[in-house]
Amino acid sequence: MAKLSNKEKMKIPRQAMPEQDSAVRRNNFEEVNLGFTEELAKMEALRCIQCPKPTCVSGCPVGVKIGDFISLVAEGEYLKAAEKIKEDNMLPAICGRVCPQEEQCEVKCIVGKKNEPVAIGRLERFVADFERQHVGIREPKLKSKTGKRVAIVGSGPAGLSCAGDLVQMGHDVTVFEALHELGGVLIYGIPEFRLPKEIVKAEVESLRKLGVDFQPNTVIGMSDTVDELLSDGYDAVFIAVGAGLPYFLNIKGENYNGVYSANEFLTRVNLMKAYKFPDYDTPVFHVKDKNIAVFGGGNTAMDAVRTSKRLGAKNAYIIYRRSDVEMPARKEEIHHAKEEGIEFIYLSNPLEFLGTADGWLNGVKLQKMELGEPDASGRRKPIPIPGSEYILDIDMAVVAIGNGSNPIIQKTTPDLTYTKWGNIIVDENTMKTSKEGVFAGGDIVTGGATVILAMGAGRKAAAAINEFLNCSN
Amino acid sequence: MYKIVSAEFIAPNVKKFIIEAPKIARKRQAGQFVIIRVNDNGERIPLTISDANINEGTITIIVQGIGKTTKELNDLESGEYIHDLVGPLGKPSHIEKFGTAISIGGGVGTAIAYPTAVALKQAGNYTISIIGGRSKDFVILEDEMNKVCDEVFVTTDDGSYGYPGFVTTKLQELIDAKRKIDLVLAIGPIPMMKAVAEVTRKYKIKTVVSLNPIMVDGTGMCGGCRATVDNKTVFVCVDGPEFDAHKVDFETLERRNRTYREDERLALETHTCKSETAVLKTANEL
Repeated sequence: MAKLSNKEKMKIPRQAMPEQDSAVRRNNFEEVNLGFTEELAKMEALRCIQCPKPTCVSGCPVGVKIGDFISLVAEGEYLKAAEKIKEDNMLPAICGRVCPQEEQCEVKCIVGKKNEPVAIGRLERFVADFERQHVGIREPKLKSKTGKRVAIVGSGPAGLSCAGDLVQMGHDVTVFEALHELGGVLIYGIPEFRLPKEIVKAEVESLRKLGVDFQPNTVIGMSDTVDELLSDGYDAVFIAVGAGLPYFLNIKGENYNGVYSANEFLTRVNLMKAYKFPDYDTPVFHVKDKNIAVFGGGNTAMDAVRTSKRLGAKNAYIIYRRSDVEMPARKEEIHHAKEEGIEFIYLSNPLEFLGTADGWLNGVKLQKMELGEPDASGRRKPIPIPGSEYILDIDMAVVAIGNGSNPIIQKTTPDLTYTKWGNIIVDENTMKTSKEGVFAGGDIVTGGATVILAMGAGRKAAAAINEFLNCSN
Repeated sequence: MYKIVSAEFIAPNVKKFIIEAPKIARKRQAGQFVIIRVNDNGERIPLTISDANINEGTITIIVQGIGKTTKELNDLESGEYIHDLVGPLGKPSHIEKFGTAISIGGGVGTAIAYPTAVALKQAGNYTISIIGGRSKDFVILEDEMNKVCDEVFVTTDDGSYGYPGFVTTKLQELIDAKRKIDLVLAIGPIPMMKAVAEVTRKYKIKTVVSLNPIMVDGTGMCGGCRATVDNKTVFVCVDGPEFDAHKVDFETLERRNRTYREDERLALETHTCKSETAVLKTANEL
């Protein structure tokens, strides 16, 4: 193809992501997005005008060299493109799927000022999938062994990215995981239809091949404490235990049978494979032909409600106390949910769960809200409308309004400093805690955030840990 | 994978396992539990650590085969492996010198009451235990309790052994005999714990129960094990499992434990069918 001028490039429309038809996919757990073909990827890559001063990179928490990898895609050098991404991002197949690119790199794309931005996320995903499907994930070169040992607590996105960097720097890395499977929220939280578990497993396997030692079934704090890790010969510890105790609404009837936290509902379905019961032993509420309400407006709420649709829900509702404008979930997730037949009930706040005499949920009392002045979050505050209470018949409820922090590390490592919510306080450039040799990152520091922010924290911590280890000779 | 060092039935359907788990053996304290998964398709179930041997690096769990998972577990023999085992989890029992402490174990609950009785004795308490069972065969750990407790009473519902009646009958007798009682720990089926709580409530005797809700992760992440205590929601896995018996809402606990009753029945049927097919197959092969 002859070299295109920027003007010509600007004329190419943003390439659509092929996806499973919504009527089909609402009945299965297969991935919704199907990924670019080579043709689509090349065409999309051509839309990048290779700005001399690219702004997209500044939007990426891990600083992927976006222009460089896209230009390799345009040349058909997909494997080289994969290498380029991996200089900065160890888990591109995951990030290409679950990063909110529209708020990060793509929102800063210069092309996007006049037209739609370059589909950076879709290209990243294409490149990672191409590599995995054609040659397998290739291991980068490792530096010579330093003899230093690092313990990483938690195998979610922060832990995995930190482990990937540190092992490349030549350190011995052990990752401890409380659950029996590795991947943290990537495994128990994000559903198969958004992030196939095979992809997470492949990424974990590639780290294992690099020499990362994974120890599942280990709750640091309950078996070894952070102090014991340090005295047992680990030179540094990175705490990446993720979000903790789910918040509930604290309304009457919340302990009726059929009321779940999003964490429990998603863990049963994703990690424990309850959707394959009785082939798998873990059951979950029989959603088929029932009315399901999910409370909350974030990505987790979307994951839960779309999961319930796939389990056969008759009516699946999102109930949110503000309006669609304030909803924090990704636009793509909301769009997909609507296509799949999810009903959105805005400006409604639950007051009380209602149940049968034998204790099963059968309804929720809601109150209509109106929006007032912006609150501390900058979003317009919902205000109850007196006398607007009404009852919605539901059989199962999922509460998806966020998580507090897990108390186990705090109880067993009291000499770190914590916020009043139990989040660990760190230096945000180095992820250093108040304790020598101990670093922390991901949701245990920020509270519930995104996969890529956690990965960014993991990488920052890896750099700081490397420096700490090199200086501590 | 976690190796089973020994496995023996100690009562009908009740099997005692000694499992290699050196780290847990070293760390566990009375009242704590592990979560087990029997195989790759298995569910996660909590089981209290009954005993541990630091030198051997082993822990003891005692399992009553009721549902599919516990029956599958009880099919395992010495030399075989448990797929996943994580712990110790939960808060340890609150142990101090109370004075006179009574540990009450109903059925397999005795396996859970035992380690706390040991800890109470070690803390200098005059320790009494009341062990109940449906009949003689269902009374477990009598010898072990005899070794650590100052007094042991056995009760059976059908009177086939020890004192005829329920554990609460014996407890009421001790109260009526004006015995000084500073702490009661009751572990067993929910109706039994509730009955003990009702007996001691009248006399304002401090009473602790260990709750057994359905759990998934066991580290506070899912909230499936929430119970109502003192009109507040608690997460049993990280806030418990032991709570003030006089403040526990047993009805809610019992009801929530029934959430998957139909599924449990279905899973068990599948398991039983498979076992029967296996037996049939073996019979045909012979």
